[in-house]
Amino acid sequence: MKLHDMTELAVRNLREAILRNSLTTLGVAVGVASLVAMLSLGVGLQQLASSRLSKSGLFDSIFVTAKTNLRGPGAGPPATRPASPKARPLDENARSELTKLPDVIEVYPQIRFFTEVRFDGKPFATVVAGMPESSRQSGSFDGMQGGFFSSTNADEAILQTEFAKELNPQTRDLIGKDLVLRYAERQSLASESGAAAQNSGGFSVVPKEKHLRIVGIVETEPASGFGGFGSGRLLIPLTVAETLRAAQVNDLRDVLRGSSPSDKPAYASLSVRVKSPSLVDGTEKKIKDLGFSAFSLLDASKSLRIFFSVFDLLLGIFGSLALAVATLGIVNTLVMAILERRREIGVLKALGAADGDVKQLFFVEAGVMGLAGGVFGVLLGWLIGQSLTFATNIYLKRQELPGVQISSVPWWLIAGAIGFALLVSLIAGLYPASRAAKLNPVDALRYE
Amino acid sequence: MHASASPTDQAATPQGTIQPAIQIDHVSRHYAMGESSIRAVDDVSLAIPTGEFLALLGSSGSGKSTLLNLMAGLDRPTSGAILSGGRNLAELSPLELARYRRNTVGMVFQSFNLLPRMTLEENVELPLRLAEVERSERAGRVREALEHVRLAKRTGHRPSELSGGEQQRTAIARALVNRPKILFADEPTGNLDSATGEAILALLREIQSKMGMTIVMVTHERHLAEKFANRLAVMGDGKLLSTSANASQVSSHVATVAGQ
Repeated sequence: MKLHDMTELAVRNLREAILRNSLTTLGVAVGVASLVAMLSLGVGLQQLASSRLSKSGLFDSIFVTAKTNLRGPGAGPPATRPASPKARPLDENARSELTKLPDVIEVYPQIRFFTEVRFDGKPFATVVAGMPESSRQSGSFDGMQGGFFSSTNADEAILQTEFAKELNPQTRDLIGKDLVLRYAERQSLASESGAAAQNSGGFSVVPKEKHLRIVGIVETEPASGFGGFGSGRLLIPLTVAETLRAAQVNDLRDVLRGSSPSDKPAYASLSVRVKSPSLVDGTEKKIKDLGFSAFSLLDASKSLRIFFSVFDLLLGIFGSLALAVATLGIVNTLVMAILERRREIGVLKALGAADGDVKQLFFVEAGVMGLAGGVFGVLLGWLIGQSLTFATNIYLKRQELPGVQISSVPWWLIAGAIGFALLVSLIAGLYPASRAAKLNPVDALRYE
Repeated sequence: MHASASPTDQAATPQGTIQPAIQIDHVSRHYAMGESSIRAVDDVSLAIPTGEFLALLGSSGSGKSTLLNLMAGLDRPTSGAILSGGRNLAELSPLELARYRRNTVGMVFQSFNLLPRMTLEENVELPLRLAEVERSERAGRVREALEHVRLAKRTGHRPSELSGGEQQRTAIARALVNRPKILFADEPTGNLDSATGEAILALLREIQSKMGMTIVMVTHERHLAEKFANRLAVMGDGKLLSTSANASQVSSHVATVAGQ
């Protein structure tokens, strides 16, 4: 019998016992839905984590330090790593050289310093951090109170929530208000005390003030690279932070080591951001070839991917359990159908149906149930995922946190789930189909 | 009119020279039941000439339906040969046997065996689907078969909406639609009142005359067999007890065969 005739006949047969077959199909749909919901959560969470981490700049960033700077990760203990005579300072020249490397989007320094802020005439100690423009894309600024800096060199500040609460428990009221940043500006001694001081690499610090307008309150500081100390409680545009020339922790150490012979400040570290995590490895090598220490979290990213693969696998196994139960439903339904349609099978055989025709008919019936269950199940699974996302977002909103998409149903999951449902149904149909095919037509025709 | 059947007599045909539609040669069909063996058909030999309307008579359990199933390719003999179209059915593969049932023979049953969820038209179309006849050709073939049984106007009805006689006529149309050479009817009047039963047999007789078809009918209603069949074969305890030409119908058979 031709396939379209077979399918037409199978659908007609399925319609005949509509309630039982619908329930069986629903069983398959629930199985597929649980599988899809589980995997969509796995995929969604993986995408969420990957996008957050990717936005954070952890996996597309390379942390660069001068080879003499023993503070950098990966530099090894000082005793085992004598300062190289060829060590290059991580200065402005180095920064522009790194910027010119292929696939590099931006190169920015880690600027962080302890300082004092005056607000409403009261002093508050805090850590100031410079934020590169790219951190705007970081997920940490999603759902923040107020907004991001209006420009790269705006005299504006974003406060970390806990710090904002110290200034005023009603954090919303802070937006639009001014505060005064008091800091120690680093000034080279060369301009004031002559060559001797210049050779020593020393500098003087001058107290300065900067008026900043509060434009936003953010839950946590975005992880803008790594290698810094503490977390920034007061965030300012990186360009503004650089112009402040505020004295940082490493300045004093550099003076003591005499590693900064010029009045040009050397960076403690630079974050090099590349176009995608896959380019990190190659760029890291190039940076090392330039004579700097470089470190990235790519290995951590690989571990993350492995973790999620195992996570997805486990979710898939749990999701498949429901489908396995549904498979038994298909076997049961078809075996019942054989009993009920015994005489019909006899008639078909008497009319010239070969064993293969009967087998295929039951096979197609199982396949149709699997296909319908698969399609419906994917839809149901997607709805479950959306409902979970909706419920999660209600919860997050109550916690005053930004919304997230925790489930994702990519095309491969749709195709895979439907294909899997079809395959499982066909396997479930194997036994009933071959049992139907083996029926003796004379016995089948005698059956009442 | 009645004569005892010796093996040689059984195999002889009334016309002798005409190629038999079916030749049964020392066929037996035994069933195992526990430790004993039941001989449903026991060493039967019989030749059925092309175009003949043969009635197989006998009491319940005489083996007539078993013999019909063997001839229709629904069952296989324990021993012996059943020749049709030059092939021994006992030696055919299951697939070849299915093809034989599909293309060479048609079957009509006592309980009609129409599929209840299908319309009359769809029931008749079923053998064409199995034979993979093109969709475009099917409608014409179904109409033609239904016209033969005078049911062309009730194509959209379901079996439950038809009378017993109409259901049996539908079953006949279904058996005819693949234009078989041999029609097997197992107690076709068993579920019908006598008038309707006679009408059905008259229809079978008409089809036999028009299409030159060989018909083998199992019945226990002797008067109907005598009225419509060309030849009667009587079975008892699995054996063929006698075969006899039906004088009143032999001439019509000769005319049918001559007409071919």
